[in-house]
Amino acid sequence: MSRLSLRGISKSFGAIQALSDVSLDIAPGEVLGLMGDNGAGKSTLVKIVAGNFRPSQGAMSIDGDQVDFHKPLDAQRGGVEVVYQDLALCDNLTAASNVFLGREPRRSLAGIPILDYATMHRRSAELFASLKSETRPRDLVKRMSGGQRQAVAIARTLLSNAKIVLMDEPTAAISVRQVAEVLDLIHRLSDQGISVVLISHRMPDVFAVCSRIAVLRRGKLVCSKPANDSSPEEVTGLITGAIEMA
Amino acid sequence: MTTLEQAIGHSQHHSPVSRIVNSQIFWVFAAAVLACIALSLLTDSFATQRNLFNVTRNFAFVGLIAIGMTTVIASGGIDLSVGSSVVLAAMVISVLMSAGHPFWISAIVALAAAAAVGFTNGILIAYVGMPAFVVTLGMLSAARSLAMVLSNNKMIWEFGPDHDLLLWIGGGSTLGLPHPIYALALLTIVMSVVYRWTRWGQYVFAIGGNEHAATLTGIPVKRIKVSIYMFSALTAGVAGILMAGWLGSVTTNLGQAMELTVIAAAVIGGANLAGGQGTALGAVIGALLIEVIRNSLILLGISTFWQGMFIGCFIIIAVAFDRIRNLGSQD
Repeated sequence: MSRLSLRGISKSFGAIQALSDVSLDIAPGEVLGLMGDNGAGKSTLVKIVAGNFRPSQGAMSIDGDQVDFHKPLDAQRGGVEVVYQDLALCDNLTAASNVFLGREPRRSLAGIPILDYATMHRRSAELFASLKSETRPRDLVKRMSGGQRQAVAIARTLLSNAKIVLMDEPTAAISVRQVAEVLDLIHRLSDQGISVVLISHRMPDVFAVCSRIAVLRRGKLVCSKPANDSSPEEVTGLITGAIEMA
Repeated sequence: MTTLEQAIGHSQHHSPVSRIVNSQIFWVFAAAVLACIALSLLTDSFATQRNLFNVTRNFAFVGLIAIGMTTVIASGGIDLSVGSSVVLAAMVISVLMSAGHPFWISAIVALAAAAAVGFTNGILIAYVGMPAFVVTLGMLSAARSLAMVLSNNKMIWEFGPDHDLLLWIGGGSTLGLPHPIYALALLTIVMSVVYRWTRWGQYVFAIGGNEHAATLTGIPVKRIKVSIYMFSALTAGVAGILMAGWLGSVTTNLGQAMELTVIAAAVIGGANLAGGQGTALGAVIGALLIEVIRNSLILLGISTFWQGMFIGCFIIIAVAFDRIRNLGSQD
């Protein structure tokens, strides 16, 4: 059974047809590279899955259950987490505080609920260990490397037992060494059975980490095939339109 | 060879001593202590019981509001209306008490008036989306004008049947310490705990650090912002009530230009105007330094006209120190 199944998804904004009849399946633990030129509809598709937009037509299901997200919170409850390009972290707080932001565990001290830092630090340390990232729960995020910051953002999605993680250009603005760290993190998510949708313009990253490649052109899905059966040349052709469909 | 678990468990924090020496609060406190020692040696009048009593009481009012201001600044905002909240609360309580109402009821109404000022600020800032600077600048004018309307711009010095109680609460002392100091100590301890150990405190700093991120994680950012401005106005309201009792009379210029001193205290105490940083203890120590300087100018016979110059320079120096420290930590 597919983790995420899209059937005939279309989306129009007034006269503009952003997506037309997109059908796509992602298996559990699969890493899908979603590619396409600017304006091809990648962001629109991701925003539909994340609950920011509702599709004009079509159906979506997660683990076989039909879902209909009206707002991002619905998608979160349905197991969809988004890692934003700017990572949405608070630099002035510690790694553990960021991981637990908005859902801090509390314990009672003489009837007054106080933050349970012990649990937050222990759980974050476990999550960082499961990501094989050398990130310390008590360190401030502003003192961290790009890779560690990614680990914090990804640990946040693990905390909520996500089924699908959407990542928008996670490797766009970081150094080569950190790119390798991020790609490792994506492998760890996949190892834990979490499906990842990776939007990226960087062809080497996509082929390094993705098991399946999907290409959008002018709102239409022109390719969805295992990465092993494709090549950077073919994908480039599909993005530009030199190759009509694959 | 260290394993991954050891690396994660390892703390990068420095020793407690170096952490203290690296903090702005430590240096501000050291400056205040140095100033006190110098004054004790240079003048006969500083280390007298009477003068110290005055210093501690004066700085308590600024310190109380500086804790409220630190909360606002830590969330990335600013509240210019605190001086006007002071006079409004003081005027409401004195008008009600002089009309014969008991202290407690009048105090509650006065605090409600201050809370209403903060609520209005918060709604306009959080829900209407207006800049805090503009909203609270308008409120600075509006709330003081309201106090003038309420009192018909007259001085009030008779507070009805509970007259002595008000004067005792604001101006009296217990065990040698003036009452406003007790209020300040209590608020400092409570807010230090609240900042560190409650969700509300955590969210104040999260909003100041990255408001967009705070919204994305589902924190009720708007509601929290309203509560922050209400808290700031309430600290001003408490200070206003205590000041009414301390002075024994209330005029409509009470608390005028106090917002500058309060913001200075917060910033000198380590609150970052860009948001995300600040401590209750820092606000108190910032207020202490300002009051010691103000007092020393008087005792050394320097014209009080120089006060503004000193406070202004201290704000700029405090911000400059912050910049230098940030430059240092970037590499």
